Amino acid sequence: MTHPFLALTESDREEMLRTIGVSSVDELFRDLPAGVRFGRDLDLEPPLSEQELSAHLAELAARNVDTTRELSFLGAGIYDHYVPAVVDTVMQRGEFLTAYTPYQPEMSQGVLQSIFEYQTAICELTGMDVSNASGYDGETVAADACYIAKHVTGRTKIVITEATNPQVRQVIKTYAPGFGLEVVEVPHRNGTTDPDDLAAAAKDAAAVFFQQPNFFGCLEPAPELAAAANDADALPIAHVDPLSLGMLEAPGRYGCAIALGEGQAAGNVMAYGGPHYGFIAARQEFIRRMPGRIVGETVDTEGKRGYVLTLQTREQHIRREKATSNITTNQTLLALGGLVYLTWLGPQGLREVGETCLALAEHAKRRLQERAGLELLFADRPTFKEFAVRVGRNARDVVRDARALGVHPGYALGRDYEGMDDVLLVAVTEKRTPEEIDRLADVLAEVAR
Amino acid sequence: MKLIYEKSQAGRRASVIPRPEGLPAADVPEELRRAEPPRLPEVPEFELVRHFTELSTRNFGIDNGFYPLGSCTMKYNPRVNERLVMLPGFAQLHPHQEEDGAQGALELEWRLQEILMEVTGLDAVSLQPAAGSQGELTGLMLVRAYFEDQGESEQRRKVVIPDTAHGTNPASVTMAGYELTPVRTDARGNIDVEDLRGKVDEHTAALMLTNPSTLGLFDENIEEIKEIFHGAGALMYYDGANLNAVCGISRPGDMGFDIVHINLHKTFSQPHGGGGPGGGPIAVRKILEPYLPVPAVVHKEDGTFALDYARPKSIGKVRGFTGPFGVFVRSYAYIRMYGPLLREMSETAVLNANYVLARLKDAYDLPFDRLCMHEFVLSARSLKRDHGATALDVAKRLMDYGFHPPTVYFPLIVPEALMIEPTETETKETLDAFCDAMLAIAQEAADDVTLLKEAPHDRPVRRLDEVRAAKNPVVKYGFEPAPVA
Repeated sequence: MTHPFLALTESDREEMLRTIGVSSVDELFRDLPAGVRFGRDLDLEPPLSEQELSAHLAELAARNVDTTRELSFLGAGIYDHYVPAVVDTVMQRGEFLTAYTPYQPEMSQGVLQSIFEYQTAICELTGMDVSNASGYDGETVAADACYIAKHVTGRTKIVITEATNPQVRQVIKTYAPGFGLEVVEVPHRNGTTDPDDLAAAAKDAAAVFFQQPNFFGCLEPAPELAAAANDADALPIAHVDPLSLGMLEAPGRYGCAIALGEGQAAGNVMAYGGPHYGFIAARQEFIRRMPGRIVGETVDTEGKRGYVLTLQTREQHIRREKATSNITTNQTLLALGGLVYLTWLGPQGLREVGETCLALAEHAKRRLQERAGLELLFADRPTFKEFAVRVGRNARDVVRDARALGVHPGYALGRDYEGMDDVLLVAVTEKRTPEEIDRLADVLAEVAR
Repeated sequence: MKLIYEKSQAGRRASVIPRPEGLPAADVPEELRRAEPPRLPEVPEFELVRHFTELSTRNFGIDNGFYPLGSCTMKYNPRVNERLVMLPGFAQLHPHQEEDGAQGALELEWRLQEILMEVTGLDAVSLQPAAGSQGELTGLMLVRAYFEDQGESEQRRKVVIPDTAHGTNPASVTMAGYELTPVRTDARGNIDVEDLRGKVDEHTAALMLTNPSTLGLFDENIEEIKEIFHGAGALMYYDGANLNAVCGISRPGDMGFDIVHINLHKTFSQPHGGGGPGGGPIAVRKILEPYLPVPAVVHKEDGTFALDYARPKSIGKVRGFTGPFGVFVRSYAYIRMYGPLLREMSETAVLNANYVLARLKDAYDLPFDRLCMHEFVLSARSLKRDHGATALDVAKRLMDYGFHPPTVYFPLIVPEALMIEPTETETKETLDAFCDAMLAIAQEAADDVTLLKEAPHDRPVRRLDEVRAAKNPVVKYGFEPAPVA
């Protein structure tokens, strides 16, 4: 039989074998020693038609409870923000979707220019001078930044706040032994990091890493944390929520060396954890230490403006074992989605989406206190779109019982933090409505405590 | 073409954001408040769509035509996969959803793991790595964890890599904290076994090998290589970049490899998106399973699927969550449309490559005169010597004929290399048209080399000044109006 993704007819095949000078397809594999030949058919289920495949995957998808089927206040790093139709439209253009990394710039001006525009948007958001073309996600760019810090400072200690996303900390710790780095964590005090604690830990550190807003949703005294790092000649690295940056100051404006984060909130669907894009931007002085692809502007032989992959002597295909990173494939299509989304927002939309999230989150805090009688964990700390609340008994049980009533009330912080077994982390995006927040309050009033 | 920032006018916008009434005033403390808004573009929605549509017309993907970029496996990306991945049950699923609310996703991941075990001939899979190069690094972390457990991590510091390897291999070795031991290629394009013998000993942690190699050649001495490494107590890592040549024909596990990464965006048709996303799952032998990243996706005795974090020897996490799930949906769908016919997929890829090779080998130099696997490497050395036409000139001239060029100047051991990978998803007519173009270009080099030197002639830009871009890097838009000269 001929498979729909294959095209050779029997006569094509015969003619091609004749041209090659062999009598069978099998003969093409004569260089394979008999001992490594696979002697049977792959034990896989028979091929499905497109129609059968669609039915099979629809059945699998139907066994997931997604945010169209359950009112959800889950966040903890990945957020249910609205993704406009224009993002899908652009990402589904075959010219973008089915292209490789732009090694041949004359064939790839579309993707190269869009990456240049993306780099500009990330630099504008973060207040930095140079962005790469994207990293895998918010976790791996954090490890990349630590690698930069090691090479720039010659030091081997990474200080990271305990209020940073636990997965980010885990990934940094997984990479650290290979990088020759040790990781030191600084505890939070009542939901945020004390600059004096950080200053004490920052001595001899390569980098000081914090998250703004932090994992609890609280706003860190970020300028003071950056200053504590700079006083110790350690690189301040800020892990930031892109959608907070219409309201919160850009890390580049308060002394950070590197700003990075998870791009998902800005233009990607949640997709059970990926693919998304990680963004990473830095001050100009670190441009030659950046990981991965960077697009630069130049001119062609007729003086016309064009774009190319640049500073490639940093990269693995040129520098091999001396490269700044091993990354090659990154997340260009997802970053393109991010650029389209940020263009759709514009500066005004970015500020408004932040204000709506913040206002709804403040509303939710009040409702959970007044209507459900719950207590905020860090009541005196300002927050952005997420906050921690005590639910009076094991939060995982509360999640289970609330879901039975059709509401996912948030993330159980006891999964990562000792002494927080009765704490929920509640995320409120612009997609939630005051009525939905009332429903959350009603459900928690029933199942909490 | 203008940048989106050059089309921006203050006061224009594409978005309307819901602003519910009656909510508390929303602001952040003054000392944290943003002073200057970011200069994002201000355009109406229709200008946004036109801008990115115009950009797309200045790009070339598989949907536009033949894309024989060696080592990248630019095969057709089925459209049904794009529809399936957008099903709300996949696209709108939060990764922290409880296990009982994500059974379909976990089952899909588990099924993909099982398939990849069968294809690679190995015993356990982690889907977590985000791309091939991260799979490599993860694999080397497993090597380290394994030898730490054996009490040999201080002693085994070296990783052996042939000179044909992708640049990611040596870069991963450094990032994993290992030392590189390079090994030569012999006259037939295999690893030089004599060179290898002298370099593998009790200090060797692992071999990293792509087989078939970046030359498109299957290593004829693979069984001997296996004896050397396993005899020295070292592990073997298989770079799966070229797995498209051998699905159902030969399995890395049966060749003796202990760890394999699979590039889902190559062999299993995740669209490459202009530079990602990818997926780089790793498959391992039983002895390495305890060290795999957490969480593991497991099938429990009660028939449900779960995330298992209780792996005390795990290296940890290399990426968020269980990996790039949307990539798994597409690759799983792709494999289910093939089933055991994956063998026919690989056979066709190898047949197509050998056909193009047979048609081109008299017009270009062939450094290793053997049958190839799914790709092959020619050299433009004679064209350069006789007519001054380089591999780059040939590549640029191919654009005038409507083809994406092959990979050039790689692998490094072949001068003026042209690395050609047709893949299985092409008609014979397309292969013939490409061969005709390559033959015509070789003739043009003799008749009028300026046709090559000045190519491309009708792309949106002519050849670009890469030296200028690197010397004085401009990596973002400048905003300020240019000063009047």
